[in-house]
Amino acid sequence: MARVIVDVMLKPEILDAQGQAIARALPRLGFSGVSAVRQGKRFEVEIDGPADETALSDVRKMAETLLANTVIEDYTVTVES
Amino acid sequence: MSAARVGVVTFPGTLDDQDAARAVRHAGGEAVPLWHADPDLRGVDAVFLPGGFSYGDYLRCGAISRFAPLMEELIPAARAGLPVLGTCNGFQILCEAHLLPGALMRNAGLHYICRDQGIRVESSTTPWTSDFTEGQEIVLPIKHGEGRYVADEATLGALEAGGQVVFRYTGGNPNGSLNDIAGIRNEAGNIVGLMPHPEHAVEDLTGAPSTDGRAFFSSILKKLVNA
Repeated sequence: MARVIVDVMLKPEILDAQGQAIARALPRLGFSGVSAVRQGKRFEVEIDGPADETALSDVRKMAETLLANTVIEDYTVTVES
Repeated sequence: MSAARVGVVTFPGTLDDQDAARAVRHAGGEAVPLWHADPDLRGVDAVFLPGGFSYGDYLRCGAISRFAPLMEELIPAARAGLPVLGTCNGFQILCEAHLLPGALMRNAGLHYICRDQGIRVESSTTPWTSDFTEGQEIVLPIKHGEGRYVADEATLGALEAGGQVVFRYTGGNPNGSLNDIAGIRNEAGNIVGLMPHPEHAVEDLTGAPSTDGRAFFSSILKKLVNA
């Protein structure tokens, strides 16, 4: 059993309206010194076997096909240790 | 002669399928219900992908619907030239399926917007817009939270250069869409997607802001009858 993490973030050039709204709310709550917030998604994918190259290649395929829309989003795949 | 058959797709969470079917019948066509889980296009001549919140908009709007069994039939048929119109969630599904370029994102103002919207028809060369004239100003209802059209610079340039922008918002951009884009078509022109709702604007009786939606349905039926 292994846990593979897929982080999906909007591409830097895409306006993140939600992140901006969060950034605007923070000073009102007393948090200062925040210059920007970007919001993304984290997927925790539990796989049956070890996180070997075959398994990671499958997870990357999942990310490419479903978890991320690569028109607007980038993704990274990491193994949780 | 039998009436042209326009398929209307229902996913779990689709809202506008009844209005879409009614609009097809109102224009003199036969509305054929298509079910998301049934990989059968039932021999329809065209397909309408209505709005709503298919699969609860889980993950991204249209991201799950795009893999429905029906879509596995619809995608190759659309690529081969079957006329397809997607409105609102239907437009989102067409983008997720890569039948149309770009993507639809959370409105720039984050608010869900429900209002009557001015729209300019930029192209009457599609099978869904032939009964409009280019530059015609119409009014249709919009109701969406994720209608901000985005595409990278190259794609946007190609859309504009190729005359693939079919509808633009007028009188103020409601959602922050790039270049005020309200709707686009694919390169071949048979696939059209837009955020506004023609199917809600076919009868005065319902309090619609106009009956401008009728021309979408008369266009496609004329095309199918003449085909």
